[in-house]
Amino acid sequence: MSKVLGAAAVVILLSASAYGAFFLAPNELTMGFVQRIFYLHAPCGMTALAAFMVCFVGNLGYLFKREAKWDWLGVSSAEVGLAFCTVVLLTGPIWAKPAWGVYWAWDARLTSTLVLWLLYLSYLILRTMVDDPDRRALISSFYGVFIFLDVPLVYGSIWWWRTQHPQPVVFTSGGLNPEMRKIFYLSWLSLTALMVLLIRQRYELEAVRAEAQTLAREAEAA
Amino acid sequence: MKNLGSVMVAYMIGWGVFFVYFVTVARRTADLRKDVERLKQSLTRGK
Repeated sequence: MSKVLGAAAVVILLSASAYGAFFLAPNELTMGFVQRIFYLHAPCGMTALAAFMVCFVGNLGYLFKREAKWDWLGVSSAEVGLAFCTVVLLTGPIWAKPAWGVYWAWDARLTSTLVLWLLYLSYLILRTMVDDPDRRALISSFYGVFIFLDVPLVYGSIWWWRTQHPQPVVFTSGGLNPEMRKIFYLSWLSLTALMVLLIRQRYELEAVRAEAQTLAREAEAA
Repeated sequence: MKNLGSVMVAYMIGWGVFFVYFVTVARRTADLRKDVERLKQSLTRGK
């Protein structure tokens, strides 16, 4: 019941944020209507980084505690983070074409984000190559801690290098109109709630899978 | 409303990715639950 209520709350939040983005947000002066992709693209990027941070915590937790639940948290948040990162990489070019005149530019932010997506994809592929659950958890936890190094690189890329990608507007004074800021925060909240819902759902899948594997071993031994 | 189509496509892709992912995970979990029930029954019968 709580899962249904949680999912309903997320759907309501997402609908409200989309309504705000389409109908309430003021038109941006230079880019016009297409700037409304910002309310999906930017919060998705921040939520992806948050999910990868959770993955990092899960990986560290496993390395220190060697308990399967930390590994489950790691893989769940990596997969969910990858879904958010996919949306970032797909919506970015749709916005870039009318705004920049090109779908893609090999600048530091875009390239480091693509590398991040590839790294977490490789994390998930790596897990399919190791059969033993303990060994899989250990190898992927080490690898997960290592690939997390790209997350601060993605975040800092727009400060450290000259990029085609715009500078941050959310946490800077005067960067966003107050109406735009409210809708941005609503979108960010709704996508964070969605991230939590998806990680919980994916974590449950890992728990059920572990139970099935234990029972299968018992059935084989019997 | 110039570029309305681009904004619509971006939102449809975004929501589509999340919806497909949610449904896929829910289906995989449901299938595994069925496996768990089947294994529990076969273990109970074996005892």
